[in-house]
Amino acid sequence: MAGAAGPGIGPGAAGGDGDDSLYPIAVLIDELRNEDVQLRLNSIKKLSTIALALGVERTRTELLPFLTDTIYDEDEVLLALAEQLGNFTGLVGGPDFAHCLLPPLESLATVEETVVRDKAVESLRQISQEHTPVALEAHFVPLVKRLASGDWFTSRTSACGLFSVCYPRASNALKAEIRQCFRSLCTDDTPMVRRAAASKLGEFAKVLELDSVKSEIVPLFTNLASDEQDSVRLLAVEACVSIAQLLSQDDLEALVMPTLRQAAEDKSWRVRYMVADKFSELQKAVGPKITLSDLIPAFQNLLKDCEAEVRAAAAHKVKELCENLPIEGRETIIMNQILPYIKELVSDTNQHVKSALASVIMGLSTILGKENTIEHLLPLFLAQLKDECPEVRLNIISNLDCVNEVIGIRQLSQSLLPAIVELAEDAKWRVRLAIIEYMPLLAGQLGVEFFDEKLNSLCMAWLVDHVYAIREAATSNLMKLVQKFGTEWAQNTIVPKVLVMANDPNYLHRMTTLFCINALSEACGQEITTKQMLPIVLKMAGDQVANVRFNVAKSLQKIGPILDTEALQEEVKPVLQKLGQDEDMDVKYFAQEAISGIAARARKLDFPVKDSDEPSVPGADKNHFWRPRGPREDTGKGPAYQLHVNTRDTLARLEMAELVLFFPKQRLIPLD
Amino acid sequence: METKLPPASTPTSPSSPGLSPVPPPDKVDGFSRRSLRRARPRRSHSSSQFRYQSNQQELTPLPLLKADLKGKEVKRAALNELVECVGSTRGVLIEPVYPDIIRMISVNIFRTLPPSENPEFDPEEDEPNLEPSWPHLQLVYEFFLRFLESPDFQPSVAKRYVDQKFVLMLLELFDSEDPREREYLKTILHRVYGKFLGLRAYIRKQCSHIFLRFIYELEHFNGVAELLEILGSIINGFALPLKTEHKQFLVRVLIPLHSVKSLSVFHAQLAYCVVQFLEKDATLTEHVIRGLLKYWPKTCTQKEVMFLGEMEEILDVIEPSQFVKIQEPLFKQVARCVSSPHFQVAERALYFWNNEYILSLIEDNCHTVLPAVFGTLYQVSKEHWNQTIVSLIYNVLKTFMEMNGKLFDELTASYKLEKQQEQQKARERQELWQGLEELRLRRLQGTQGAKEAPLQRLTPQVAASGGQS
Repeated sequence: MAGAAGPGIGPGAAGGDGDDSLYPIAVLIDELRNEDVQLRLNSIKKLSTIALALGVERTRTELLPFLTDTIYDEDEVLLALAEQLGNFTGLVGGPDFAHCLLPPLESLATVEETVVRDKAVESLRQISQEHTPVALEAHFVPLVKRLASGDWFTSRTSACGLFSVCYPRASNALKAEIRQCFRSLCTDDTPMVRRAAASKLGEFAKVLELDSVKSEIVPLFTNLASDEQDSVRLLAVEACVSIAQLLSQDDLEALVMPTLRQAAEDKSWRVRYMVADKFSELQKAVGPKITLSDLIPAFQNLLKDCEAEVRAAAAHKVKELCENLPIEGRETIIMNQILPYIKELVSDTNQHVKSALASVIMGLSTILGKENTIEHLLPLFLAQLKDECPEVRLNIISNLDCVNEVIGIRQLSQSLLPAIVELAEDAKWRVRLAIIEYMPLLAGQLGVEFFDEKLNSLCMAWLVDHVYAIREAATSNLMKLVQKFGTEWAQNTIVPKVLVMANDPNYLHRMTTLFCINALSEACGQEITTKQMLPIVLKMAGDQVANVRFNVAKSLQKIGPILDTEALQEEVKPVLQKLGQDEDMDVKYFAQEAISGIAARARKLDFPVKDSDEPSVPGADKNHFWRPRGPREDTGKGPAYQLHVNTRDTLARLEMAELVLFFPKQRLIPLD
Repeated sequence: METKLPPASTPTSPSSPGLSPVPPPDKVDGFSRRSLRRARPRRSHSSSQFRYQSNQQELTPLPLLKADLKGKEVKRAALNELVECVGSTRGVLIEPVYPDIIRMISVNIFRTLPPSENPEFDPEEDEPNLEPSWPHLQLVYEFFLRFLESPDFQPSVAKRYVDQKFVLMLLELFDSEDPREREYLKTILHRVYGKFLGLRAYIRKQCSHIFLRFIYELEHFNGVAELLEILGSIINGFALPLKTEHKQFLVRVLIPLHSVKSLSVFHAQLAYCVVQFLEKDATLTEHVIRGLLKYWPKTCTQKEVMFLGEMEEILDVIEPSQFVKIQEPLFKQVARCVSSPHFQVAERALYFWNNEYILSLIEDNCHTVLPAVFGTLYQVSKEHWNQTIVSLIYNVLKTFMEMNGKLFDELTASYKLEKQQEQQKARERQELWQGLEELRLRRLQGTQGAKEAPLQRLTPQVAASGGQS
């Protein structure tokens, strides 16, 4: 049936407009209707292609009506549709026809699923800007009103997000209607709608005339802020920020502050949490005078709130609050009105509160200056460095740079050391990982002497940690340290220790040597690499464990670019060729990879290639990371070998992936 | 007289009134912060300062701990006495005590619930956070329950005090993490619903608000199972024909509830409610089944098994006339489940064929059902990794063969052809999109260059197929 109708439409249109006839709408609609959701989704995602093929007129008359009817599809398809339609104005013929997109989007704005609705509203907001003022009044505003009076909450919640985009461009009479609509949504029977309205109250207030803000928005705000549901009340706090920015100081005091004071002492911790969370915004919005008279006392209460969630949210804001205080008299206010409460929090019973505080407290030192920091803050830092909770200690250590600027790190170093050592040996590997990541920063702050004396041994100890992630982080830590302290330091302190591990009885430690060499060779430069590292790598090619041998191949490929051609030809190539004949197939594979990798590089850089006699093995092409293994190959090996196969292959796969990521960067580095 | 105690309630030992339970020992778990959170002392619970009170009192410094304990003991004894009195003495519930009773209950039970100690609380895995003031709370709840159940209780008097606001706050308490509290609340709300006719519509509406918020905004509410259990008994009592409001509740609230992540916690109660509806009004079946198909889990196999279980419960009560309406989409989904690589899903779907009633429905409609599932079953029987599944599928195919041998043979014959057609279609689709893509590029060039440039060149193969069709 559809097939018969297709060509019928086709030739008619074909006369005027070239190739439109090729794509009878039915064929396209079949695609959009495909039984397979994934195919349907793909088609919807290419909706703009379809629309282009159809041309603007047929998109308007045939495609859009169909889309308006498909609202009963999977949410995922609807989401894609809602997103596409936001960018469709050009495809329906430009701003004059933008209103054609409203019917499908209106239906999408009423569906149950929140993400679809939100996306539809986003698209509606987008195309509202493309409407002419006339079209806006004729089509868009009526749509908003329809949604606002829909009988299910979904359409009413969607309407809430559309008022602010159509209000500024509507006529005065219509503006009054729009305000009326919004008012009724703020007092809706359904809490979901009230929440949506409350969350858009601030945005709507911003586009209203000041008189209307005072006469209409403020009462709505007051109402929502005393709603019976705390989920509504807390959203009013957000609106408070926007409304406060619009009003003069006097109006603020009379119209907003009573509500805000009440919110800061709300019986629900969620509302108080919201006040704490939005504190900096509120502070900026109400200005310095009200901050001093009202917000500081409120903040003190939040810092000693009975719920830890609220205290933690407030603690997070300590630094911003202090920074934003008027510079004049700032120090006194902080010292007298904030610091006493902070001191309490340092020994709070909840670790989240303490760690929230620890993440910002160091910032206070720049505000308070050297003397105050030494006298008042330092004891707090020291106490937190000894805190039982590792997160608190980490947060202090990670912000050391702030203090360093003000008082220098020496003041802290005596307490710092035990804290670092303890974290470095923490039973939880994630804690150890975190402290490793701060090592380069600490090294920079503490200087090379202190580092060599106290921290170097830690860095080496991490190399033999029993968790791989730690060993890996320790390797890249060494690289960063070398970048910081220079190659000479590396040669004297790091490299010898790393190379000694090549003789370790544990093959994992031997492999760590290789990983370290991979990481360090670039930072150390050609000389150290050729003279000190390369011999060790080459020696390890005779290791009895296959994992070590194929990592030798990989290392050689990695450090290849740093070596000169002579070393490559004379030393590296024979070893790789030998590994290429290894009895283990993984070793063989990676050796071939390395040979062809190095050869390809050499060719690219226009070096004479002598080893072209042997073409690369068929399995060694670039896309081949993972070789399917025939069962016979495995059965030939002894049982001990079998046990290792899986781990090794997985490792190999992971490392290959990493290698591929690494390669493009490497190619750009010149040979010497 | 005897009063029923909800099963979860246990008498408190008088030796430890008011003492917080000892926090469980830290878990030795390197990955979560949970163990550390647990260590937090529970002092912040139910602070008296933030209890709902109409006239907030000034705070006075707390007396020393010893005296405090004594005070708690006094309160406990007084509450015990009240419970005893309202349960066993007749004629004490005179009108003037109603406002005081409701006030006493409100002041004690209505409070903002504390933040959850574990934001990723998993009701199936984690220990719930027990209410520290339970020794008192339990007595207040017990008193409330006996008050409502007393033969002297007069709803006409009480309705002045048990109003909408009261009910709303009662409903909010269902979010309590403490299962003992929710158990009491469930029984109490059930009694309130039974005795206060004027509040019924309001309770239903607020329940649906809680559910909608749970589905679309928070995905977190502890008392969903309890509320659904009450609703199950409410739905049971609905008069026929069902009001639109009730049908809407089924379609727009109960069905979407299936999409929530924590479905397993309340699925039994939810399925019960759904089946209750269908037993009341069979014409809702199509809506329900299409709704379930819409929300069918795509990645969570555990939920998929639950959906299959619920579907079987529905099919157990389905009327043949309704079955006809949904058989095709339903069995396409069942076939998809059979082809699931998770063998529990496949197995659960294949169990449908062990159900006599379902089997008879399939038999009556085999001309529709068989073609819907045959291709998948045939393919999976050759490919599935799990031997049990393969043999179950063979059984099903055998049943089909016995059911209608001729149809079975036809389907087997056409299977290969269909496979080829599918490939052909896929090729055509690719060509179509290729053509479209080329056209798009040309148009884009056209709009960028001369707008009037004629689009004369057509892709031959597309032109040919367009001409043919």
